[in-house]
Amino acid sequence: MSELHAQTVAQVRDTMLPPVPPPRRETGAIRWLRQNLFSGPLNIILTVLAIWLLWVALRDVVPWAWRGVWRASSLNECRAIRDQLYPEGTSAACWAVLTDRWRQLVFGFYPASQIWRPPLALVVFLLAVSPILFARLPRRLLWLTPAAPFLIFWLLWGGTIWGPVAAALGFALGVAAFLALSRARYPILALLAGILLPVLYWSFVAGPLARALAGVAPLALPAVASKDFGGFTLSIIIGLSGISLSLPLGVLLALGRRSDMLIISKASVFYIEVIRGVPLIVWLFVAQLILNYFLPRGTNFDLMLRVIIMVTLFAAAYIAEVIRGGLAALPRGQYEAGDALGLTYWQAMQLIVLPQALKISIPGIVNSFIGLFKDTTLVSIIAMFDPIRMASSIRATTAWGGIYWELYVFIGLTFWVFCFSMSRYSIWLERRLERGHR
Amino acid sequence: MASPGPRRAATLDDVRSRGTLNCGVNPGLTGFAAPDASGRWEGFDVDLCRAVAATIFGDPEKVTFTPLSGETRFTALAAGEVDMLARNSTWTFSRDTDLKLDFVAVNYYDGQGFLVPKALGVASAKDLDGATVCIQTGTTTELNLADFFRVNNITYEPVPIQNDAEGRQQYLAGACDTYTTDASGLAAARSTFETPDDHIILPEIISKEPLGPAVRHGDNQWADLVRWTFYALVAAEELGITQANVEEMAAAAGDNPEINRLLGTEDELGPMMGADISPQWAVNVIKAVGNYGEVFDRHLGPNTPLGIERGLNAQWTQGGLMYAPPFR
Repeated sequence: MSELHAQTVAQVRDTMLPPVPPPRRETGAIRWLRQNLFSGPLNIILTVLAIWLLWVALRDVVPWAWRGVWRASSLNECRAIRDQLYPEGTSAACWAVLTDRWRQLVFGFYPASQIWRPPLALVVFLLAVSPILFARLPRRLLWLTPAAPFLIFWLLWGGTIWGPVAAALGFALGVAAFLALSRARYPILALLAGILLPVLYWSFVAGPLARALAGVAPLALPAVASKDFGGFTLSIIIGLSGISLSLPLGVLLALGRRSDMLIISKASVFYIEVIRGVPLIVWLFVAQLILNYFLPRGTNFDLMLRVIIMVTLFAAAYIAEVIRGGLAALPRGQYEAGDALGLTYWQAMQLIVLPQALKISIPGIVNSFIGLFKDTTLVSIIAMFDPIRMASSIRATTAWGGIYWELYVFIGLTFWVFCFSMSRYSIWLERRLERGHR
Repeated sequence: MASPGPRRAATLDDVRSRGTLNCGVNPGLTGFAAPDASGRWEGFDVDLCRAVAATIFGDPEKVTFTPLSGETRFTALAAGEVDMLARNSTWTFSRDTDLKLDFVAVNYYDGQGFLVPKALGVASAKDLDGATVCIQTGTTTELNLADFFRVNNITYEPVPIQNDAEGRQQYLAGACDTYTTDASGLAAARSTFETPDDHIILPEIISKEPLGPAVRHGDNQWADLVRWTFYALVAAEELGITQANVEEMAAAAGDNPEINRLLGTEDELGPMMGADISPQWAVNVIKAVGNYGEVFDRHLGPNTPLGIERGLNAQWTQGGLMYAPPFR
């Protein structure tokens, strides 16, 4: 058998060798470590340095956080408990300030019996934007989107539901009039009616209508004043309304800036440069103080609303520039293709230009949004109770005076969770929209 | 801003028609103003707002507290965002004249002091030669400090800090030998230390910081109302009227005509301040917050963690500066 073979071909095995495991230094964790951490003298030095730095940073922080006291009613009680549990001189976090005051950090002074409302409003918001953010969800969800702002307003501020309903009807009226007259081929009349009808309706009909409906069916939540909003609720309301309102405004401004029409383009440039040229904090001061000089005596224009408007206007200028970058990155051929197909300006923008430009701009847009969300802490300067201001007023009580790190760690981590999820979503969206050209 | 605020006169009418007093307070200063766990504002300045509301409405809860930061407080008052300011603001010449404010009274006499560790072995601020001093930059305290050391011909090394929280941290970390700011602030800082008894506030007070409620220029009736509400608190302490005994004393005219006039059992002082002010206004005020001494003891006094002595804020009969003009 094998002899025959051996004569013709000298060195052929007829059986496979059993597979030998790879050398130990080339597998698993060791290989990973060698490749990634210890691949050369420089990397060895850097790795050792990094490990040492991590050790220095964490050797006190982790035990401090781990030993933390969770149940106490004041800082001194915290210290007493710590002295009981650990030998003298041991440091331990006093997380009890969070268990005692978490409600204020999260909801501000929102009435305790009503704190289910802000989270529910957030859920409504997420449901309303989910069909926009995730294309795979059923399109029928889109019907919720236009109704959501009114529902959210009602949930947050309370009062009778008929006020927001009556206001929403105005928009419906405008859209209906516009569509009906456009179909009858009166474009200018359609535009006029679409704007004038709702305005007339809001000024004369909406108020009495809401009152009448409230009389018939008194469906109301307890009202909550704007000054009672605080903590992360305030940051999220300002941040999310700024984000969702500034995007459409920014798109319009970007298109305006690139428009061939002189007045529109100059007006857009003027707006963008003025808003961008002044720090946000100044605009917030304007919102809080200067606007009052121009408003008629006795008007009480809600401070929170003023801040939301200012933040939106501010963010829109930045978004406009980001999107303009996207528009500029598109090859000219794309615009010309639109013209060659005989599309109108708006059709070409909607079908060809904007989808591509917005895709290019995603990282920049999300970057602006994350910045905007973090900038909401600036409202503490005008004494609104955002988490930072809330932390310092918690510190001003005699029970919790002198507590710093625990509050800041909590605030920082919460902000990080929000911003990190935004950035993850942006990466996911970029991958999904990747079409192979850069 | 050259143009005056849009709401100049008739503040009282505005407040009445609004149904609530807008009072500007500190967003968080231990003992003076801070929201508690349930969001209710508490503090020495806050009680003055409640007292004014009690004068106007007979109800101390008809106040909307507007927290104001140090940068925006005076502009907010000028713009009409608030009707009065009870926000530990120092009464100075330029604020009174140039900023067009009216400081109607002084409700707390403060002054700049020094906090040192006992271990430093210093008994007087004049022994601080060569010391490192933690000091907030850009404040009057910085200028006062320079003046004090120059006058006493001693030297110091400043350690600049941004805010009170940083100051406490730096001081505790040993970055400076002494921390200087208003004495009430030092007391508040000391109360939060792990071992408050290891630190002392030196006896020297090197500046005058009269803190008081402020209103806009140009509405004297409103200024009078705030001023005399405050003096009602001071007079009540002098006359021995307290939260506990005010009802009893107001039930019928007593022997002391000053008490009778204050409590409205003789003469009607209230309506002189404004048409709709009740003759029993002072009764409402004292029922709501107590007299000046009670307010002080509740928020700042020796039985609170702050443990501030009355000092300059004692009645004039006790060697202090609290002196209410006669109610007549």
